[in-house]
Amino acid sequence: MGKEKIANYFQEKQDHHENLFVPYIVAGDGGLDLLQERINFLEKSGVAAIELGIPFSDPVADGPTIQEASIRALENGTSLAGVLDVLEPTKDERKVPIILMTYLNPIYAYGIEKFAADCERVGVDGVIIPDVPLEEEEVIEASLTKHHIAFIRLAALTSTPDRIKEIARRSEGFLYAVSVTGTTGARTSHHERVATYLETLKKHSTVPVLAGFGVATANQAHELSSHCDGVIVGSKIVDLLHQGKEDEVRQLIVDSL
Amino acid sequence: MIQLTIYTMPDEKGRYGNFGGRFVPELLMPALLELEQAYEEAKNDEQFIKELEAFLSSYVGRETPLYEAENFAKLFGDARVFLKREDLNHTGAHKINNSIGQALLAKRMGKKKVVAETGAGQHGVATATVCALLDLECIVFMGEVDVKRQALNVFRMELLGAKVESVSQGSGTLKDAVNEALRYWVSNVEDTHYILGSVVGPHPFPQIVRDFQTIIGKETKRQIVEQTGALPNHIIAAVGGGSNAMGIFYPFIEDQDVKLYGVEAGGLGVSTEKHAATLTSGSTGVLHGTMTKLLQSESGQIKEAFSISAGLDYPGVGPEHSHLGETNRVTYDSITDEEALEAFQVLSKTEGIIPALESAHAVAYAMKLAQQAEKDETIVICLSGRGDKDVQEVKDRLEAKLNG
Repeated sequence: MGKEKIANYFQEKQDHHENLFVPYIVAGDGGLDLLQERINFLEKSGVAAIELGIPFSDPVADGPTIQEASIRALENGTSLAGVLDVLEPTKDERKVPIILMTYLNPIYAYGIEKFAADCERVGVDGVIIPDVPLEEEEVIEASLTKHHIAFIRLAALTSTPDRIKEIARRSEGFLYAVSVTGTTGARTSHHERVATYLETLKKHSTVPVLAGFGVATANQAHELSSHCDGVIVGSKIVDLLHQGKEDEVRQLIVDSL
Repeated sequence: MIQLTIYTMPDEKGRYGNFGGRFVPELLMPALLELEQAYEEAKNDEQFIKELEAFLSSYVGRETPLYEAENFAKLFGDARVFLKREDLNHTGAHKINNSIGQALLAKRMGKKKVVAETGAGQHGVATATVCALLDLECIVFMGEVDVKRQALNVFRMELLGAKVESVSQGSGTLKDAVNEALRYWVSNVEDTHYILGSVVGPHPFPQIVRDFQTIIGKETKRQIVEQTGALPNHIIAAVGGGSNAMGIFYPFIEDQDVKLYGVEAGGLGVSTEKHAATLTSGSTGVLHGTMTKLLQSESGQIKEAFSISAGLDYPGVGPEHSHLGETNRVTYDSITDEEALEAFQVLSKTEGIIPALESAHAVAYAMKLAQQAEKDETIVICLSGRGDKDVQEVKDRLEAKLNG
């Protein structure tokens, strides 16, 4: 469960000399009844973990693709409680780690301690909360630790060297290296500055480092993975799934490994 | 009541009791820390203070009068009612007190660009104005609905050289404009300063905006003593995000005998879904980087706010207001659209002063309070802005009412 499950599953992938590939999908986009099917599909495609976005009405770290997917999911009634209900029945069969990504407010409304306890109960292994920086971690850290949920930290290109060290030191599960100065899906050329940044994070981190935000092609995935352990791909996959292009998603994953 | 005899909020983490903080992506944290440090240095720098004071006096037109509204007051009893005339500032509202301060701060930090959000357009116009003055590039995000409602203000900003970006995401109002301004800032943080227009958002914004608006309360304190020989009994201000209210309240917080009232937009009534009364009927959560009272669903999704006044149309509120409400230092109540419309007309007819619809909420509350007041009790209303921008809206409403 939790941190260990992520570590073991990642190790398994890396033993096969694969890059780590973590897709992000918005839970409930296309209907919550599709969620289990999509998890199975992604697991079979060879991903290292699945990042499930819990939709929030005001996602300030996200670009247009994920905002729109979030609105679609909210309009068809998706909630944190509903997503946890979908995850519970298959928790023992699932090998692939499940990471929840959401903003603090839906968690706060659910109840922080209850959230951590229920994550453990339904087999969620890690969480990413983009609006909880180092300065505010105490609001949730103890509850996650108590329930063995990996608290995945985000580093940014704007982070100072001191902050980079502290974030890398604290991260659990993996370290999420935001590799653009912008929101999710932002188009970017991943240049030299990013390579240096990822290598610095690698140096300080005790867990794998994955690059995310603005990664959309297998070429980018390979380029970034040469400086760290793998990538997270969100907007591109959200977009392809919305268009019903599952084959292209599978191809993108296979080509990126 | 908790005694706030020595009031030193926020603490070093940007908290106001259980509220406030910095709930933002890591990308923005370095910029917030830089801003915090720059502000600490600036507020202790005599030259910065002098420069700000010079602009406030010769450009903004301060100090603003504290005017005794005798005609208005006598309709409601024996209380004395005073209006703090923020409507007489350049650009017609209190917003410029903050915009000029933050623009000078942006200059000091070597930023070339400014981004801002606006609802009704008052903050956008004030910010576009000071950017024209100080030669800063200015981008204003405004909800698509508000762009339509306030077309003249859009033109005004463009005339001043600002670029106005219409925001169609979400409900297309102020909260979505804040989201887009934050996203823009996330993407351009290295050369851009975000001039937030109210006492909301992550620390240090609520403190910086409050401090720049505190000039309202400081002047009021001196003026009321000059005119009546004592501190006022009551101070009333409208609260959307709450910057004019924090500005006038702050210098009086430790004066326990001065009763403070924050008036929220009750829209069609707080028992309906159509209002913006965050403190009166909201619950605690995190939005736009701060922990505060919010209008939200049980699952933590933010609701749309509703008010006749675009400037009060915000589903959150400044964290310091949440704290002052929780500790009962300030009484928060609401006024409906109907009551605000009535007050808008009464003040216009009795005093020849057309208030902004935002300020009309405070005026309406004063009408109730004055009726219960003892003889010679003093009431100060923060008249945060002038109503020229609202005349069309009010005309349409009144005509619609006449035509049933």
